[in-house]
Amino acid sequence: MTRNTVILVKNLVKKFGNFTANDNLSFEVYEGEIFGFLGANGAGKTTTIRILSGLSEPTSGEVTVAGFNAKKQPEKIKKNIGYMCQKFSLYEDLTAKENIMLYGGIYGMSKALIKERTDVLLDKLNFREYGDRLISSLPLGLKQKLAFSVAVFHEPRIVFLDEPTGGVDPITRRQFWEMIYETAANGITVFVTTHYMDEAEYCDRVSIMSEGRIVALDTPAELKRQYNASSVEEVFVKIARPPSLSSLRSEQALKGGLNLV
Amino acid sequence: MKRFLGFVKKEFLHIFRDYRTMIIIFVIPAAEILLFGYVVSTDLKNAQIAFLDLSRDEMTQKISDKLCSSGFFRRSEDLLSYNDIDRELRKNKIKAVIVFEENFGRKLIGEGKAVMSIIADGSEPNMASLVTNYATAIAADFNRELLQSSVTGNILVLPEVRMFYNPSLKGHFMFVPGVITIIMTLVCALMTSITITREKEFGTMEVLLVSPLKPIQIIVGKVVPYFMLSIIDAIIILVLSRFVFGLPVKGSLILLFAELMLYILMSLSIGIMISTVSKTMQQAIFMALVGMLLPTILLSGFIFPLENMPKGYDWVAAIFPPRYFIVVIKNIMIKGTGFMYVWKETLILMFFTAASIWLSMRNFKVRLQ
Repeated sequence: MTRNTVILVKNLVKKFGNFTANDNLSFEVYEGEIFGFLGANGAGKTTTIRILSGLSEPTSGEVTVAGFNAKKQPEKIKKNIGYMCQKFSLYEDLTAKENIMLYGGIYGMSKALIKERTDVLLDKLNFREYGDRLISSLPLGLKQKLAFSVAVFHEPRIVFLDEPTGGVDPITRRQFWEMIYETAANGITVFVTTHYMDEAEYCDRVSIMSEGRIVALDTPAELKRQYNASSVEEVFVKIARPPSLSSLRSEQALKGGLNLV
Repeated sequence: MKRFLGFVKKEFLHIFRDYRTMIIIFVIPAAEILLFGYVVSTDLKNAQIAFLDLSRDEMTQKISDKLCSSGFFRRSEDLLSYNDIDRELRKNKIKAVIVFEENFGRKLIGEGKAVMSIIADGSEPNMASLVTNYATAIAADFNRELLQSSVTGNILVLPEVRMFYNPSLKGHFMFVPGVITIIMTLVCALMTSITITREKEFGTMEVLLVSPLKPIQIIVGKVVPYFMLSIIDAIIILVLSRFVFGLPVKGSLILLFAELMLYILMSLSIGIMISTVSKTMQQAIFMALVGMLLPTILLSGFIFPLENMPKGYDWVAAIFPPRYFIVVIKNIMIKGTGFMYVWKETLILMFFTAASIWLSMRNFKVRLQ
């Protein structure tokens, strides 16, 4: 089976002072797949996602995203990816349409195209009556769905989701994953980090990180077979050691330092 | 460029949808200028003073009449002994006590000098210095009269307190530059640092940084609206002071606006600098208020004269830029001087601007790696 590689990581190392956040990572992500990125807090997930999305530079190693080198062409990468972070990322004091208009504009889409796709999107989400309402007046579930739709609105090649379903009820979580499936079916690669192990089961392939290293990477079914476990959760508990105190501390320092601008 | 304009538009929407921001930008400047102009006047008018006249002769009568007819002072009940002074001042009704020593008139004519003490209430330093200044001036005037009348007979000299640059001694003239400085500091430094840290706190900054917008576009896009609104604010203040208080801008308007833009630029870059080092809005507000607004009010010479500051404080004041800007606009607005008289302050403001831009860039890079 020949699949196009959209993310290629070879011997990626990221150090903060003495602390190694990413220790010699190598993996590939294929076009159109849902790639789950698991790991305990402090395992180095966020660092990796930041490097892949051009927010942070690798210390060494080769990183190619959507065909562009992360060190030399981060600007080109940025045009080809979407991003949704743990925190809710739409502007509460703007309406749904204004948010879409803003992000579409930032990604260089023409007004006509934005209008056209906005109509399609609002219809699809059954969202038409909410289009001109301020985001702050919408329920969390709707907001989260809208945030995801905005992240893929410019039809990027890859979308990075950093714990997108934190604090969302199970029904919305379900609907959210349906949207993720649909996105992947349209050829957009989904790179998702999560804490919910049941969500890991939905992924095409899963990697598990522990203390800066990838300790397992395969399809959920294969992982369960290898570790003789009934769920990905069991696999995770078996191989992901809790982070040491020093790495937690560094992660904390890192989070502070990475609060940009 | 189109991306950038869309981003600027969004920033305007943030401002126009938040009534608190609107109040800070449009209501406070007008309110402050009216407030300072009408209420917090530094004019001396009908200040209550009491006399302790231990001599009770023609001379003391003349002087006290002169003081009370000047319009600056109003006579309160006379005191009878030194012991009354403390008690009366504590009542907070009178601002000062004038004491004529015993045999005042005789000494004045016989020895050529007599002591009139002005005892002012130091718990209100500004009022105290005003009262003593005015009373001293009137006494000096009286001396002159006395001198002239003894040589040439009855020549009436009108009391005349003269001040340079503000001849009618209207307090709000002096307040306009101060209010402009405060508003510029408030809108630029405080509001920009809040709006940038807000994006960080809400997580939208990350999304923006991952987007094709360059960091510099994000920052500039966020401050452009505040730049424009500050200029509008400055115009509101100048128009109000012109048409409500009749204070024209004596110097060149072009120079005034050039200096204003420089100061706005400086405040904006300080606002950006604050946002690079603070993680939450509270931190940013705290830094902007304590680091910028308080020094603007207290250490700029706006309310408390720099000359009266204790040694050491003037050095502290020197590191806060507002005081230089106040000098600049006082010179341009009230004295009507040209660039030749403000180039030093202008240079200092430029230095502050460059320094804070440099510091923000450095912080920014450190954080980005």
